[in-house]
Amino acid sequence: MLGGNESVERREGISKLLGRELYIDDEPMGGCLWGATVRSPSPRGLIREVRFGPEVNWEEFVVVDHRDIPGENHVWLIESDQPVLAADSVRHVHEPVVLLAHRSREMVHKAVRSVEVIVDPSPPILDFRIPPGADGIQHGTDNVFSHIVINKGDVEAALAEAPVVVEGTYETGAQEHVYLENQGMVAWIDGDVVVVKGSLQCPFYVHAALTHGLGREEDKVRVIQAPTGGGFGGKEEYPSMLALHAALLALEAGAPVKMIYDRSEDMAVTTKRHPAWIRHRTGVDPDGRLLAQEVEVVFDGGAYVTLSPVVLSRGLIHAGGPYSCDNVRIDGRAVLTNSVPFGAFRGFGAPQTIFAVERQMDKIADELGIDPVELRRMNLIREGQSTATGQIIRDGADRLEVLDRALELSAYREKQKEHARFNAANEDRRRGIGLSTYFHGAGFTGGGEVHLSSVAKVEARPDGRIVVLTSNIEMGQGTLTIFTQIVSGLLGLEPDDVLIADADTFRVPNSGPTVASRTVMVVGRLIERACADLVAKLGDSDLRGPDLKQAIVDWHRKHPRGVLDGVARYEPPPGISWDEDSYRGDAYGAFAWAACVAEVEVDLRTLATRVLDVVAVQEVGKVLNELLASGQIQGGVVQAIGWALMEECVWSDGVMVNNQLTNYMIPTSDDVPPVRVEFLEAPYAHGAGGAKGIGELPLDGPAPALAAAIGVATGTHPRAIPVTPERLMELYDGA
Amino acid sequence: MEHDAREDTVRVEFTLNGKVVVVYAQPSDRLLDTLRYGLELPGTKEGCGEGECGACTVLLDGMPANSCLVPTYQVRGRTVETVESLSSEDVAPLMRTGATQCGACTPGVVMTATWIRRHPEVLEAHSVRALMAGNLCRCTGYDGIVEGVEALVVRESDG
Repeated sequence: MLGGNESVERREGISKLLGRELYIDDEPMGGCLWGATVRSPSPRGLIREVRFGPEVNWEEFVVVDHRDIPGENHVWLIESDQPVLAADSVRHVHEPVVLLAHRSREMVHKAVRSVEVIVDPSPPILDFRIPPGADGIQHGTDNVFSHIVINKGDVEAALAEAPVVVEGTYETGAQEHVYLENQGMVAWIDGDVVVVKGSLQCPFYVHAALTHGLGREEDKVRVIQAPTGGGFGGKEEYPSMLALHAALLALEAGAPVKMIYDRSEDMAVTTKRHPAWIRHRTGVDPDGRLLAQEVEVVFDGGAYVTLSPVVLSRGLIHAGGPYSCDNVRIDGRAVLTNSVPFGAFRGFGAPQTIFAVERQMDKIADELGIDPVELRRMNLIREGQSTATGQIIRDGADRLEVLDRALELSAYREKQKEHARFNAANEDRRRGIGLSTYFHGAGFTGGGEVHLSSVAKVEARPDGRIVVLTSNIEMGQGTLTIFTQIVSGLLGLEPDDVLIADADTFRVPNSGPTVASRTVMVVGRLIERACADLVAKLGDSDLRGPDLKQAIVDWHRKHPRGVLDGVARYEPPPGISWDEDSYRGDAYGAFAWAACVAEVEVDLRTLATRVLDVVAVQEVGKVLNELLASGQIQGGVVQAIGWALMEECVWSDGVMVNNQLTNYMIPTSDDVPPVRVEFLEAPYAHGAGGAKGIGELPLDGPAPALAAAIGVATGTHPRAIPVTPERLMELYDGA
Repeated sequence: MEHDAREDTVRVEFTLNGKVVVVYAQPSDRLLDTLRYGLELPGTKEGCGEGECGACTVLLDGMPANSCLVPTYQVRGRTVETVESLSSEDVAPLMRTGATQCGACTPGVVMTATWIRRHPEVLEAHSVRALMAGNLCRCTGYDGIVEGVEALVVRESDG
């Protein structure tokens, strides 16, 4: 029997290691058609004509355009502005216009090239940092998708009185998810139900998009998640679009339709991390105490609203960093450009703003001539102090210990001395070390979790086994394993006694999307409560292990065909309050806290950076499964190393043109050192087993730590990422 | 396993996971597609289709190869091994180190790892990190993979 703290092995691990996990493109689909998409060649304009080339026998093809959409022609999300298929106008290159399907995958992709979308062009908006002229306005009166201001104290007065004011401007680039499994979806018709199955994070987002776009009742649409080969946010909103396309073709064809993007299409047309421009003005006293933080943030939203307002919101809430400051003003906008829409990506706006505030802390330390470590130590939030939104932190976590442990583990001070000797002895190579301190709020922002009102369910089967029913999916992060562990640990069962139901909207309740580091902390807690509800129905809340199994078997003998289940609906932790209008209050149920130290070596001949060591120390509440948790941190850190040093989207007309793994570089095993991870634990009373969210935290810290280390090594102050050799050469030659 | 002959195809007989198979391939057919769609062995994955990511790695005459870059006709008379040839026992050490998360890169990782396991002498000149650099993984940060491969090799040398 398992105790509550024993780690369960990855449940689908052997199946994945042996290649037996069936992803959507692996499923045998007899008689299916292959779907493909005809897209806009132009970033902005009116569609004059769609020409079908004479070289193709179009009668062999299923063809769908905006006139074939039975419901509303928009992808349901925050706003109803993004068409499923463009009707009269286009707002970005690659905007979908026409869908084709054919029995032959080769033929359908060939046919796409025989459809010409002719657009009367208008001048596109391509630089989000420049306010648009009158002829560029395409959303509201100013192209601003969302404008949010966070106010605390009196920033103007505090800046005016501050002995020292430090200013800095920071920029971060787009980042492509590069989940190893490309986007894919299959749709078919089952009686009067449209069924869609594919690679996705949020079954009920897709479900809502299909009911709106197809104009169907909720019970006439069914969404099933297939094993998903990575998501990182990239399969949060885009699968709704792809599901609508596959479903429209399947309805038109009356046959199953499979749409699988190849890598170049996936990279070119799907969402990326929002590019950001961020300006800081910080008032400090000569010792470095923060007196005022004024932060201006602009995110490039791309052509449609999609998730930009909520990405901006999270970005702004994290923009002041994990520091105490009485006077804060954070003013942020997400704006339209005629680029492929930007979207959810692990960290969800926070990595951008944390990069900026951490680089700003280094700049303050530099200008005041004080140690960046001591600057952070002085300003890190203490128990009882508050964040930018006025959220008072009283969670028992020791943020100073997190910092100290990272310094100790990385041998930060010793390395500084070692580097001085190394740099003096070497002509062409320079070493440096840098750090960052950061935080990440888990779960939906503000009242988001209350609004979601998630429900989780467990069912006891006649054989005594427990089935967990949620809409939260496995995409590599370990949902199946951790849900198993939560239930088996709580109920004293073997892991094999716990089954996780497929995320099928006909079977599972809506426990919300698989995003925002919420799966374990929020949904895991619901599962714990649902288990308690189930056991209570057996008349003895203390039943565990074999006794519980026997009681379940007996119950079913007495109630043939009866359903024995336990249900829990989200309830906010006590004492949480949030005011959406003023942006004041408890933005998140809990924050995780972290410090990252990075050590680099720069070759002065090439200005290439090699990462020598990375240490990430974090306080994440209780660690439920060390192997999974470490894997999340290590993977997130390496993704952040890529964003910081090498992953650069090259743009032309608002579209990524290096849309291949040949010229969009992500880290290989040989590009990164082992990532050294350590956890500190201050259990969170309202998360499953005391856990806080963990998935996104590791994206937040490495980029500023690496930029700092490069700065120390080369005597520069990198303020924009990725710090490619080219970008560093400009800084270094100018230094 | 005999496939329908079409006029524009060539007959390709090769050894797949220890058994002789015959396929009829067009000149442009990729081994990856022949395996996945023709022979119904979907364990081998497509990640990029241009030989960068290694998700489609198979062993061709015992050497790792990106099956997306191998025309099917070129495997005539040769030996191909895919992830389907392995057993749970073969991959157990990778399970314990967290070498798989989402699983999409995993079959390719496992095939390269299998090659290293069979040829531990390559580790005299190269590190596991360097040898695994042809298999991109976006989930693990590589530590779980590197440790898993090292564990595989150690187990092998312990007999």
